[in-house]
Amino acid sequence: MQTNPIAATAEAVAPLEIHDLTVSYHNKPVLWGIDLVVPPGKLIGIIGPNGAGKSTLIKAAMGLLPLSSGWVKVFGEPVKKNLTRVGYVPQRESVDWDFPVSVMDVVLMGRYGRLGLIKRPSKVDRDVARECLDKVKMLPYANRQISNLSGGQQQRVFLARALAQESDLYFMDEPFAGVDAATEAAIVTLLQELKEKGKTLLVVHHDLPSAREYFDMLLLLNMRVVAFGATEAVFTSEMLQKTYGGRLTILSEVAEAVRQKT
Amino acid sequence: MFMNLQATNHAPASWRKRRSTTALQNLAALLILLVLSPASAHAAKISELGDTSIIEQALRFFTFQDPSVRYALAGSMLLGITCGLLGSFIVVRKMALVGDALSHAVLPGVAIGFLWNMSKDPVAIFIGATIAGLLGTVMVRLITQTTHLKEDTALGLVLATFFAVGICLLTMIQRLPTGNKSGIDKFLFGQAAAMGPGDIQLMAVVTVLSIVVITLFYKEFLVTSFDPGFASAAGFPTQMIHYGLMLLLAFAIVIALQAVGVVLVSAMLITPAASAYLLTDRMSRMLWLAAIFGLLAGALGSFVSFLGPNLPTGPLMVLAATTVFALAFLFSPQHGIANRWWRQRSRAKRVQRENTLKSVYHVLESRHTMGEGVSLRELAERRRETIEEAARQAAELRRHELATLHEEGDLIFLTPAGWQLACAIVRNHRLWELYLTNAAQIAADHVHEDAEKIEHVLGDEVVRELERRLQYATTDPHGRPIPSLAEMQRGAGAADKPGDSIGYGKRT
Repeated sequence: MQTNPIAATAEAVAPLEIHDLTVSYHNKPVLWGIDLVVPPGKLIGIIGPNGAGKSTLIKAAMGLLPLSSGWVKVFGEPVKKNLTRVGYVPQRESVDWDFPVSVMDVVLMGRYGRLGLIKRPSKVDRDVARECLDKVKMLPYANRQISNLSGGQQQRVFLARALAQESDLYFMDEPFAGVDAATEAAIVTLLQELKEKGKTLLVVHHDLPSAREYFDMLLLLNMRVVAFGATEAVFTSEMLQKTYGGRLTILSEVAEAVRQKT
Repeated sequence: MFMNLQATNHAPASWRKRRSTTALQNLAALLILLVLSPASAHAAKISELGDTSIIEQALRFFTFQDPSVRYALAGSMLLGITCGLLGSFIVVRKMALVGDALSHAVLPGVAIGFLWNMSKDPVAIFIGATIAGLLGTVMVRLITQTTHLKEDTALGLVLATFFAVGICLLTMIQRLPTGNKSGIDKFLFGQAAAMGPGDIQLMAVVTVLSIVVITLFYKEFLVTSFDPGFASAAGFPTQMIHYGLMLLLAFAIVIALQAVGVVLVSAMLITPAASAYLLTDRMSRMLWLAAIFGLLAGALGSFVSFLGPNLPTGPLMVLAATTVFALAFLFSPQHGIANRWWRQRSRAKRVQRENTLKSVYHVLESRHTMGEGVSLRELAERRRETIEEAARQAAELRRHELATLHEEGDLIFLTPAGWQLACAIVRNHRLWELYLTNAAQIAADHVHEDAEKIEHVLGDEVVRELERRLQYATTDPHGRPIPSLAEMQRGAGAADKPGDSIGYGKRT
């Protein structure tokens, strides 16, 4: 019953709890003493400047990186024990799109985690994959080789693969990077739908103006948690100033936008 | 013995025909049977039968009649399959250089395996070489993790060092009293004839192991190769799968050493897999093709090396594999350059035909008369070409039934189809010019060159869209009329008998 959305919403334990997490690359800390308790059924944006450790945070939360200190719990258990409840959308550039697989093959990979070792995808898995492709309007492309896709289509395929994972907690690394406006709108709708089903979504995002529109909650990150809370409470010029350190010219623009709108 | 030979004679045919896992397993079983059958026949080596024809030699070779030949052929085919399968993963994981480094790193292990009990014991050499290969990969990892040197540098470093140590040891062995007869030098360039029953058994074991592991863990190899980050997040032991693959790769290299040689074994990994990659865009098909190409290259290479005395097998196998690659490179349906060239050529010819038609239209248009024949001289003047060139193009139009030629072939009459196409091209050209000047605010004298190219590629849908946006305009920016759809249609209804033709301004 792990995937039952009602069970997920009724859950008392936090989908994600991080305590005193420190992650280092080559002895240089990238994340410092992160404490985080994520409530269920929220769409959360992770924003911060380049090198703030946004990708590192979600990778560490999924157990993909060695932790220097601290711990991570997913639905009250160490992440390794709850991997099937975690879905992942990596950065689009992280894979070779000339790889000899079809769109369908990639989406089926979303089912692999549930299958475990050796077992092959069944007809049920194929049906699920097809449904997920349909949700992102990529079903007509199921048998295409992935190199023939546009950037937006590639991102939709990655989302379909994450949908096929049927998880309760999703980590997405810049799903809006380099996609067309139609795809961006489609992704936003999809994320809202997932949230309404009680899923929890953490999305790395780098466009400040749209972050304000898209997310319920924001995690402002710059090697440490600058602020975490409801978007209205956190998206202030003062907090953004703290996060971006005033280095970016975009900051003043956004601060101005905030001032005008509120 | 007789039964065994019967079975093995049919093995290669059944291989290529059936395409299922069970077929593969049957084949493996047959090959093992072949390998384990006692070698009791006393036929002469092919290379010693100087006066036989190449066909007889081929027949003798590929029917496994001679025991010595049987080992060489079976071994070459086995190593071809294993290298093709593992090479596919090496190629898609962009680890081609790793294969090369690993193959050089095993050489000291080969020498130490030999020194272990001063004989060419396949098992001792296999163990020594595998350990040396893995040691090499560990050292590469150590260098990349502890310094800021990148992997390619570390690979180059380790490759050269291990190879140098190996060559030193081999030279030492050659100087030993028993060493110079040992055939250990064959490990450099490969000699299929040097393989014995022990080698073949080892190769069969490794081949079957590779097939079984890849069949069982296909899904795991696929997902960790395509997206290791996602695979780890989904709970797959990505590192362990990587090392498992490296171990199989080391096995494949070690069994191929004897026949192919240290220097070229990486080519047997990369070339069949690269050829397969050009021909398909699905991993499963790529594995099949690479295995078949590897098998072919192995069989052909060992056969050619048997034709003459002391021909090294390795280079010949690699050349056989390269031949397959060259064919794939030239004739692959999607990526082949022959195909691409052909498509470009037919496109160029179509553009030329359309330009000729357009010139005929222009001649008719400039006349303002009812005359419908265009002479070759008029066409040549219009296109600023020689009469011969114009005649050639007119003949090309006739060949495609776009025009008929009259009066000793120097008058061109467009057929209804030719007229329609000519109108369409002129129409495309003028619509595009108009669109550029109206919508993109480009000066009227800048648009002609662009329209010359675009007129040949505009599809029907785009043309309809252009018409709509230009509100069905009738003249282009230079004031010339845009041929209307009705004008084009006039050609379609006309009778198509000799002498009948359609021309500018003609009412039918």
